[in-house]
Amino acid sequence: MTALGGLRITTASIEREFTDGATAIVRGALAGGCNFFAGYPITPASPILMMMLRDLPARGGIGMQGEDEMASIGMCIGAAMSGARAMTATAGPGISLYSENIGLALIGEVPLVIVDVQRLGPSTGAATTTAQGDIQFVRWGTAGGFPIIALCPSTIAECYTLTMKAFDLAERFRCPVFLMADKELALTMRTVDPADYEDAVVRERPVIDPEDLDPPAEYRYEPPGEVVPMQLYGGKHPVRFTGSTHDQHAYITKQPEIVGPLNQHLISKIDDHLDEIALVDTDLEDGANTLLAGYGVTAGSVREAVAAARAEGTKVSSITIQSLWPIPERQIRDAASDVDRVVMAELNPGLYKRELERVLPDKEIVSIARTDGVLISPSQLLEVIE
Amino acid sequence: MSTPIELLPNPSLRTEADYPFCPGCGHGPVLDALNEALMKLQLAPQEVVIVSDIGCSGLSDQYFTTSAFHGLHGRSITYATGIKLMRPDLAVVVIMGDGGTGIGGAHMLSAARRNIGITVLVLNNFNFGMTGGQHSTTTPEGFLTPTTPSGNLEAPLDICATVGVNGAAYSYRGTSFDHDLADRIAEGVATEGFAMLDVWDLCTAYFVRNNQFGRRQIDATMEALGLESGVLYRSDKPEFAAAYRKLAGGQHEGLRVKRVKATAAVRLDKRMHFVVAGSAGGRVRSAARLVATAAMRAGWWSAQRDDYPITVKSGHSVSEVIISPGEIHYSGIERPNVLVVVSEDGYGKAGPYLASMTPDDTVFVVADLPRPDTAAEVITIDPNQSDVRIAKAARALAMVAKAVQTSGVVPFELFEESAGEGGFGEKNLELVAAGVGLPAG
Ligand SMILES: Cc1ncc(C[n+]2csc(CCOP(=O)(O)OP(=O)(O)O)c2C)c(N)n1
Ligand code: SF4
Ligand SMILES: [Mg+2]
Repeated sequence: MTALGGLRITTASIEREFTDGATAIVRGALAGGCNFFAGYPITPASPILMMMLRDLPARGGIGMQGEDEMASIGMCIGAAMSGARAMTATAGPGISLYSENIGLALIGEVPLVIVDVQRLGPSTGAATTTAQGDIQFVRWGTAGGFPIIALCPSTIAECYTLTMKAFDLAERFRCPVFLMADKELALTMRTVDPADYEDAVVRERPVIDPEDLDPPAEYRYEPPGEVVPMQLYGGKHPVRFTGSTHDQHAYITKQPEIVGPLNQHLISKIDDHLDEIALVDTDLEDGANTLLAGYGVTAGSVREAVAAARAEGTKVSSITIQSLWPIPERQIRDAASDVDRVVMAELNPGLYKRELERVLPDKEIVSIARTDGVLISPSQLLEVIE
Repeated sequence: MSTPIELLPNPSLRTEADYPFCPGCGHGPVLDALNEALMKLQLAPQEVVIVSDIGCSGLSDQYFTTSAFHGLHGRSITYATGIKLMRPDLAVVVIMGDGGTGIGGAHMLSAARRNIGITVLVLNNFNFGMTGGQHSTTTPEGFLTPTTPSGNLEAPLDICATVGVNGAAYSYRGTSFDHDLADRIAEGVATEGFAMLDVWDLCTAYFVRNNQFGRRQIDATMEALGLESGVLYRSDKPEFAAAYRKLAGGQHEGLRVKRVKATAAVRLDKRMHFVVAGSAGGRVRSAARLVATAAMRAGWWSAQRDDYPITVKSGHSVSEVIISPGEIHYSGIERPNVLVVVSEDGYGKAGPYLASMTPDDTVFVVADLPRPDTAAEVITIDPNQSDVRIAKAARALAMVAKAVQTSGVVPFELFEESAGEGGFGEKNLELVAAGVGLPAG
């Protein structure tokens, strides 16, 4: 038995938190200005719903449990168009039911944060087992194939910072932004140093001041690739919104010369500003031949594997991808420029590996992929670093 | 009976454009009545949001100068709810077809139950006009549509009763031919709570043609179905958005995050893994939590990963605690240094742990379970040998206390400090003492 003897500290020098990612996401959302939340209970995202519904009313916000996922995201979209900074949270089965409304938020250019606390699929799968199987699903999960933004925190502190960042990007680009968490990150409690929570800058929502407008301005997609300020319901002028292809006044049209620029705008506003979105955390070592790559929970295993390898004198580099979509291609290429091999660790059938193969055609890509609900351990990664 | 239209200073809220509907389509007259209603209420275009569903009825918003939201099929009520919650001062009017009452039926029910202050105008033409006249929730039995070629077998939905018995503040049934329709719509929009207007009209392109249906058949069908027209339900339950705001504000404390101060500086050379395997409902997680926070009192870092089936109160509950001198990035456990098996459910999950353990590790197992087969040292604990009774749900804490004291995985004094904190502190400490006093063999 360990006896403390003279080891007592009288003045407390260290005070740390014991908390989880779900709590950090909620704190990040509140710090990011979230004042509307709607969700439908699902493991492992329910703690976020419960915390938001408990905390928002006292702050003057609104938290709703929808009758289903369609209602939850629908309320968020309606609220966002009426001035709310809105967020919803679910897991894979709920993303399926969000699908059509994700498209609506895209074409309507609605700022919205969608948290996906991933669990093992397909289907109901295993509700309390962690996974990262939704990363391509959120990218391609609605009709049309238009770009979305997806951030992926790898620590509890990052859950806070990237949730704030998600609110900023949602406003900046007027689009749905996904925060890709997972059961392990959201619900495993860990010690966190409060100093590690970094605040992200969350820009004000640019809105057209109705007083400046007489008559109402033409809206959206001019100039192409630039995001125009929102017009919210309840101002001096009526505001029109439609999920159908439309002209500058939101009247339905299918004229190619109008629909072409509208849809191109949805692509360009993201693709013309990739560097504003790209987020990676690299730890490069001179002379390393292998780059270990991870995101979310696997990035933790990568960090520990790197520390263990270096302690043994093995050179190795690593990259944590924090913005999964759009793919931070330039940043990945830079990180991989001096290695021959990239090892991609992920809890799915190898879904990001295929992106690396495309981005890094001249490198050997090794896939460490698990779909059995077990975490990829640092020792599993050490086996592939020679 | 019709009310004479007063001369109002308000301009029409219709645009100049003609409706796009087929000749004789009933949707146009209903929209004219809506315009008249909004004018009667002296609403300015920016004070009204028309939320249109999908279908021919869904085209409606484009013929008004008001704000508009045209979203997905069946979901119009959800957007309207979001708008009303944020801007209770706006008049939010949903226009949907009978199609919307099917695909969006759950939203219709929930909106009524919440009594959210929106108005829903159903342009009910007994079929899906836009997609070719297929049958809908309101197609009466026996009627012909392309998808009920031998006659419909499904009973038609009584929209008014459905929302009426479920909390709607106002529920009205009428037809596009009613002279008082504008007044009833105005009444609905002026209602604080949820207002439903089920307005029967003619789809000349399909339902009329397929069933030799007309104005007289609308009335006859209503009678044959035993349905009444007029204002059928009213309630004065408080409107949701207002009630929510009234209830909100300061009644909950903000988010609480557990902070732990280091009260000792203890050297720890390597990471330790402490696992508790027991039953759901057996307070396994809270017992493990005390080990994790005790480690933080020593200035260490910890992680706690809980595994349990989705049925929170039955089956196994396993908590893995990692204690580390530095920050923990990987929260998996390959081999426990200490494993506490509290119950049979936990025993069932212990196999892989037991197989991984070495003679340096220790298993604490409750005495009524078979002695596990493992390389680790095995210590059995019998909670029934206590002077004070240890309930089943308290076994985890008592055994964890014994395991901490025996193994020294965290300093026992710090574990006691953690256990003694908070509302259950005293009770916890009694159990810790009882646990420590248990004979171990
Ligand atoms: C999710 C989805 N499923 C199907 C459709 C196709 N659709 C368009 S309109 C419509 C039915 C419209 O009928 P109703 O609501 O009665 O309106 P009406 O045309 O009769 O006014 C359907 C099923 C769709 N737009 N979205
Ligand atoms: S198809 Fe039917 S509902 Fe649609 S416009 Fe023609 S008559 Fe009206
Ligand atoms: Mg219809």
